[in-house]
Formats: sequence, C-alpha cells, structure tokens
Amino acid sequence: MKHLKDNTAPIMGQRSGALGLAHGRVYFLMAIFVLAFFVITVRVYDLMLLQGAFNEEAKTKLYERRMAETVEDQDSAKRADIIDRNGVLLATSLKITSLYADPKIMVDPPETAQLLTKIFPDLSYGDLLKKFEDKKKRFVWLKRNITPAQQNAIMYIGDPGLAFRDEYKRFYPQGSLTSHLVGFTNIDGKGLAGIERSYNSILRSNAATDEPLRLTVDTRLQHILRREVEAAQKDFSGIGSAGLIMEAKTGNILAAVSLPDFDPQHPQNSESAPMFNRVFQGVYEMGSTFKIFSTAALLETKNIGLGQTFDVRQPLKRGNFTIKDFHPENRILTLPEVFMYSSNIGTALMGEMTGTANLKSFYRKLGFFDKPVADLDEVGQPLYPKNWRELNTLTATYGHGVAVSPLQVTGAVATIVNGGTKVMPSLVQAPDIVQAKEKISSAPRVVSAQTSENMRRLMRLVVTNGTGRKADVEGFEVGGKTGTAEKIVGGRYDHNKRVASFVAAFPIEEPEYVVFVMVDEPKPNKKSYGYATAGWVAAPAAARVISNMGSVLGMPAVEVAHDAAEPLLQYVSTKGGHE
Amino acid sequence: MPLLFSRTDKSRIAEWWWTVDRSILAGLFAIITFGVMLVTAASPAVANRIDVTEGHFILKHMIFLVPSVVLMLALSFCQPRTIWRIATLVMAGGLFMMLLVPFIGAETKGAQRWISLGFVSIQPSEFIKPAFAIIAAWLISRQKENPAFKGYIYGMGLFLIIITLLLQQPDFGMTFVITCMFMAQIFLAGLPFRYLFVLLLIGLAGLALVYSSFDHVKSRIDRFLSPETTGGNYQVERSIEAFQSGGLWGTGPGQGVVKMSIPDSHADFIFAVGGEELGVFFITLLVLIYGFVVIRGFRNLHDSHDLFVILACGGLLSMFALQAFVHMGSNLHLLPTKGMTLPFISYGGSSLLSMGFAMGAVLSLTRRKARRTIAKSGFSPKWPSPSMAN
Repeated sequence: MKHLKDNTAPIMGQRSGALGLAHGRVYFLMAIFVLAFFVITVRVYDLMLLQGAFNEEAKTKLYERRMAETVEDQDSAKRADIIDRNGVLLATSLKITSLYADPKIMVDPPETAQLLTKIFPDLSYGDLLKKFEDKKKRFVWLKRNITPAQQNAIMYIGDPGLAFRDEYKRFYPQGSLTSHLVGFTNIDGKGLAGIERSYNSILRSNAATDEPLRLTVDTRLQHILRREVEAAQKDFSGIGSAGLIMEAKTGNILAAVSLPDFDPQHPQNSESAPMFNRVFQGVYEMGSTFKIFSTAALLETKNIGLGQTFDVRQPLKRGNFTIKDFHPENRILTLPEVFMYSSNIGTALMGEMTGTANLKSFYRKLGFFDKPVADLDEVGQPLYPKNWRELNTLTATYGHGVAVSPLQVTGAVATIVNGGTKVMPSLVQAPDIVQAKEKISSAPRVVSAQTSENMRRLMRLVVTNGTGRKADVEGFEVGGKTGTAEKIVGGRYDHNKRVASFVAAFPIEEPEYVVFVMVDEPKPNKKSYGYATAGWVAAPAAARVISNMGSVLGMPAVEVAHDAAEPLLQYVSTKGGHE
Repeated sequence: MPLLFSRTDKSRIAEWWWTVDRSILAGLFAIITFGVMLVTAASPAVANRIDVTEGHFILKHMIFLVPSVVLMLALSFCQPRTIWRIATLVMAGGLFMMLLVPFIGAETKGAQRWISLGFVSIQPSEFIKPAFAIIAAWLISRQKENPAFKGYIYGMGLFLIIITLLLQQPDFGMTFVITCMFMAQIFLAGLPFRYLFVLLLIGLAGLALVYSSFDHVKSRIDRFLSPETTGGNYQVERSIEAFQSGGLWGTGPGQGVVKMSIPDSHADFIFAVGGEELGVFFITLLVLIYGFVVIRGFRNLHDSHDLFVILACGGLLSMFALQAFVHMGSNLHLLPTKGMTLPFISYGGSSLLSMGFAMGAVLSLTRRKARRTIAKSGFSPKWPSPSMAN
C-alpha cells in the first residue's frame, strides 16, 4: 500500500522544518494530556480513598445525610400542627398506612386479587386484576389509609407484590369551624388553601421539630361569632354571611367566619362555592360604614368644629346624578346628626368640603386601594374607579363605588378608633411579645388622637341615639356604624339585593376589640317589620357576639358615669332615632 | 502467540491487521465494554424517571454502538484521501443541517441542537467536530507544501462559521472543544508561541464575555468557585458522594444510588456512576486506558512524516482527550459542570457515531506504512499487544 504523498516525503534526517517542529510539539501536547490524566487519577484517589474509604468521618457524614434523605422522603407529607392562641389543636398530621402493588414482582395475581377482595369488600376483583396485569408498572396504589388489622391480614397473603407505605394524613379536629382560616391540604400533604397553603413551607420544615404554628385565633370566640352570624343569616334568609373579631391595637384576628363554610377533611364534597372566603377574598361596597372614614377624613384635613351644619333638605344634584337620603330629615343637620342618622346628602356635602385629593389620599392611607397584606394567600383586590371624577368623591363618602373586603374595613376601623395608628391585620401569632410590641409602637399614624376620640364619640352616638341602637350591650359601651348597600347586579344597583353590615368597637372609651358582622342579601322578615337594613340585621347579631365575648373573656360589665356620646348631645336636637 | 494472519498474507484484511495500531483498537474496545456496562447500570434509573421501559436507553445505546464500531473499522481501512473526502461530505451535510436547526430543530433544556429524523434525533454539531479537524489539518498542511494556498485563512474562516452557528444554539461546550482542538492544530503546525499566547488571551476574553452575558454559565462558574456562598451544586455534591461511597471496591455494578439523584447520570455524570459502582481500581484502570489511547496515538504521530496526518490525528486525539478530561474533571469537581459526554461510554447516539468517525480516522491515518527510508533504530517502546488467543 502506497502512501499518497510518499514521493514528497523527505528522507529521514532531512525532515522539513515544519515537520520537525510538529514532532517536538506533539510531545508537548502529549505531556499536557499526561498531566491532565495524572491530575484526574490523583483526584480519583483523593475522593475515593482519602475522602472516602479511609476517612471514617466522611463515611459517617455521608451515611447520615443519606439516611436523613430517606427519612425525609418518607415524611414528606408530615406537617407541623396548627394551634389556636390557647393551644387548641386546629390541624394535625397522623401516621397512616397505605397499600400499593408492585405488579412486576407479583407472584399470583388472580389469587392475590381474590384474597384482597375478602379483606376489602369495596375493591372489585376485576379492577384489581387489571391493575396487576400491567407488568411494566412498579407502583399502583390499591388502598390508602388501612387499619393495622387489615395490614396484618394482607401480610398473611404473602405476595411480594403487595407492599405498604407509611404516610401522614392531615386531620382537622375543629372541622368546618375554622375551615377558611386553616384551609386544607391535598392527599400528598401540600397545602392548597388557607394557612395550610400560605405557610406550606414552614409547616413542612417545622414538621421535623414538631414546632406548632400558633394562630391569633381564639376558638371560643370563633364559635360564638359563627353561631351568631349564622343565626343572623338564617333569620333574614341571607345567601351568605361574614364576621370578624379583631384586637383594636394589634390587629390580631381573634375570629373570622365566612358562611357557607366546608369540611376541610372532604373539601371536594361541599356544594355551591363554600371555599370562597367572604372575609378575606370578598370585596363589597360597604355603604354607610364608610361614613366612619369620610367623616374622619373631614375632621382630619379641615379645621372644623363638630357644630358644623349641613343642609340636607333637598336631594343633592350634581350633573345628572341625584343623592337622596333613605329617611329624609328635611332640615339642617349638625355633623353628629349627619353621622347618627346616616344622611347620604350630608356626608356627600362633607366630601365636597374635604376635597377629592384629600379623600383619596386618606383612603389610600387606610389601604383601600391596595391588596391588603394578610397571612393568607386568598385576599381580594379592592375595586375603585380607575378614572376618578368629582362625583366619585361624593359617592365614595357613603361607600358606593369603592369595594373592599371585610378584613380591610375592620382593620381601618381599628386604626381609627385605637388612637389613630395603623393596624396590620395578622392571623399568625408573633413569635415573641417584644417583637409584637415593636410592631405596634412603630406603626404609622393615620389620624390624630383628637380625631380618633371624636370618631369614637360619634360611633357611640350611633348606638345610643342613631341607627345602631340594637347593637347596645349594657356595660360594654359599644360604638359602631351601620351600613346597608345595594349590590350591583348586571352593572346596576339592585334595590332588592343588599349587603347589611355593622362594625362595632368596644369599650368605646379605649377600644379593645372591633367586631364586624355582615349578611349577604338579607330578606325582610316579620320581626323586622319589613326591614332588611343593617340596624335590624347586623346590629343585633353584633350585640349578641359582644355580650357573649364579655363572658368568655371575663370582661366585667362596667357602669360608666359619663357616656362617651354625652359631649355630642349638645349638637343633637331630637332624641328620636331613625333606622 | 498463535498468528491470526500470516505476515506474508497480502489480503486486505491481513494487511490491515499488520498495519493498524492494534493497541489503540484494543483500548477502544475496552472503553466500549466499560460503556455498555455503565449505561446498563445507570440508565434504568433515568428511564424510570421519564417513564420509558427500563431497557430503553440500553437498547438505544447498543443500536448506536454497532454502526459506530462498524464505521470506525470501515474508516480504518480507508486511504487518507478517502478520509479527507468523507470529512468534506460530512462537513457539508453537517453545516447544512446546522443551518436548519434554528428552523426545524427541537429545543431541549433551553438550547436548540437537535434535528429529529422521526425515529432518532441527531445533533449535527457532533459530526462537524471530527470533520472540521480533518479539513483544517488538510488546509494547513496544503499551505505548508504550497505557500500560495491560503489554508490558514480558509481554516480560520470555516472555524468562525462553525462557532457562530454553535453560539447561537447556544452550545458553549462544543464551542470550547472545537476551539481547543483548532488551537492544538495551529500549535502543532508551528505557530510561534507569541501568537499562541495572543490566541489564548482572545480565548480567555471570549470566556469572560460568555461568563458575563449568560446567566446559566455565570451561575455554574460561580457555584464551582464558591460553593459555600452560592448554595453549591446539587449534582456535583451527589457526584462527589458517589466517589466517596465507591471507595475501594465500589458498590458493585448496578448497586449505586447516585443515578437516582442526578438527572443525566447516563450521559453527563456516567463517570460518577462508574466511580460509585466499580471502585477505585477499576475506575483508575478506565482513566489509564483513556490515557493510554491518547499517549499511544500521539506517540504514533511522532513517527509520521506527513504533516496532514500529524495535524488531523493531533486534533482528533486532542478532542478525544479533552472531552474525557472535561467530563471526568467536572464529575470530580475539578472543573465547573459542563454537560460533556465521555467518549464511547456516555449514552448518546450522535456522540457515539461521531467518536467512531474520529477514532476510525485516527486508526486509518496512523497505520504503519512501508517506508522507503532506513528502518528507525534506537529506542522504540514495545506496547503490549492485546491477546489474540482464541
């Protein structure tokens, strides 16, 4: 065989310069690769012997890590407990055993299937056989959550293709009571709703140390609130209802109820849309409850006295729009009268005085234009006119055109009545008291202490002389505000569909708690003389909640010498109240 | 030693047998055997993860191994001229397909490198790699014979076209290998050290540019340099553990666990699987066989008087050695992780065929020739020949 360039190849010893150079450099390259493979070999010995076989410490560490991984694998569905503020168990993980098949190594599928149907009459022979036929599969669930007796019986079948896996299953001892707050997980232990979802990773990582997650919720108050809210909904045939109890200074949520609710153990079995959390997710036009905020805005931004009067004799016409009162007083009202009678005309006039810019910036400070930060993922985005005209300012003073969640309203009321510092609602207990106190002392001020005091007096006046008289509980000095808003159905206000709510703070001199009650689409009944307004629907429920809270929390009823509303009586001309 | 063929046998096969480098051939078959064993051990875990039958990758590995070996042996029979012609055809086809990749290529893991041909998908850049080594060697050696022929310029032009196509896929690993291979060839061709130094600087600048403009490259290098602060690299940690647990005797073939936790254990981390399952002795043996093939190959070049042969084989052997080194180095946490196949061992059809092509060319070009010159005297190391018994 002849080489194609043989005739040009130089004779040995007469190599061309290029060829000689190349031969030298071949050795150079070779040396580099020898070095490279030498380094690899050294590293192999380093890792496998010095850091491996001959290193007891490394071997132990490796063993421990791999064991930990195995354990972690098995316990992946385990989660930390969730408890209420008093340590009552709200959610816990229990170990259960489940049965699966490994068809590939199953010895006698027909016999095994037959014996299994004896232990589990609800499994069908045909189904089992079909599962066992798929020889390619190594893992088929047969039965989740079996008893020790069943497990024992299965072991007596003796087929290697039947195997068990220990799992953790989530249980909710309080059932539907805290369903919207605690939420639920899927069968693999992944949080899908509520705290289970928003604190999923913490609950998982805390599982190893068994450190429970403590909520601010008080199960006893939760029970009271749920009972009373449900009763109000039933009395007035509402389609749903919501309730919230919050600490006025800290923003801690003591109870939050959204009805209808569901069984977190079997969330998929519930009918209609019970998963919807009316307190956190639902946004509603709150109606007159908003007068708390528009009145506070006026007192805060304009230097006016409480004796300021507003002419509400004529409906207020602005452009094509007319604002009327539900119960026209047909006279000139003072500011406290406007508030206690819940006059839309008067409040709208107050809004004009406040000015669009001031009102908007005040609402923004209260957080009505942003999605609230809560400890749940399921929070509703507030709605407000993107293109805000002057008219929107007027309607926004009495809660039309701005839709917010009960959580936001309650937090804002707490902010106004607690002395004027912003409250951040929370559902999970701060780990230590120092941190919690810091949070309160560093909270930004929204209204002055003076405005806060005036608002408390006005809210008390509503209960003593105004629309919220049914909310009074003797000895607890309740202050509050009613709100009845028509719901928007198909783009326009429907006169027959309302949301009736009452927000209360007590004791009003120095409020500890804010209570919110709302019934969705209440219908008038005989007892209410054909009314389905907040004063009839929500205020009495709030009163029942407050009086029950008093006994549970051990708050004595106190007879006060001077009622908080007394200083305002000079501005109020008639004693007769209106609904 | 019983003779398979008589020295005087003039048949083509006998002639091939006496001229081909049987030691390299034996080394490559040893590597292929290791490869079959390791893919068999590692791939069922991967197959289970992506829900194909356990034998899926083993079967496909075998299916590609047969044409790869046949291609290698067939090429080793060829004349250098034929090798060069085949390389030209492969290069033309490869470039054409690489131009098509952006339009009809399949995207996997953020890069577009593959063309699906129905039952198999191929990676054209794998075939361009050896073809380029051969063509560049030819172009440069032509210039040495005939200085009027601008071989360097053509070679450089072809190189730039290829890396442009590679970078837009993007495929930095392949770009790195081709660049190093080309630099090795230029080096062998006698480019003065000062120019090589400049080229090295340009290469480093390119690396810095890639580092700063591609986040995944940056994160890989950062995690390599400071695993403590950047959270480390899960795959490399598992890989290191595999070597540690392998120790002296290994867990035994198929008994390792690293393949359960590294996604591409049958390709980019097969060396770690080997370390864990075979133990320190066998894995060192494997490294030594790679080293032997490379050194033996380069040693042959020293005897060659054909610049084309030296450049082509020098480039191909550098590629072979570099891929093996980078693969082992990243598995051993000596280098940043770079998905690179271990020649003839890692699962991957295109890679197997490309390596068959490359080593077939090396075997062909290093076949001993009847010389008109006086036989070389002096030291000439005798490499152990593979046993030909049975």
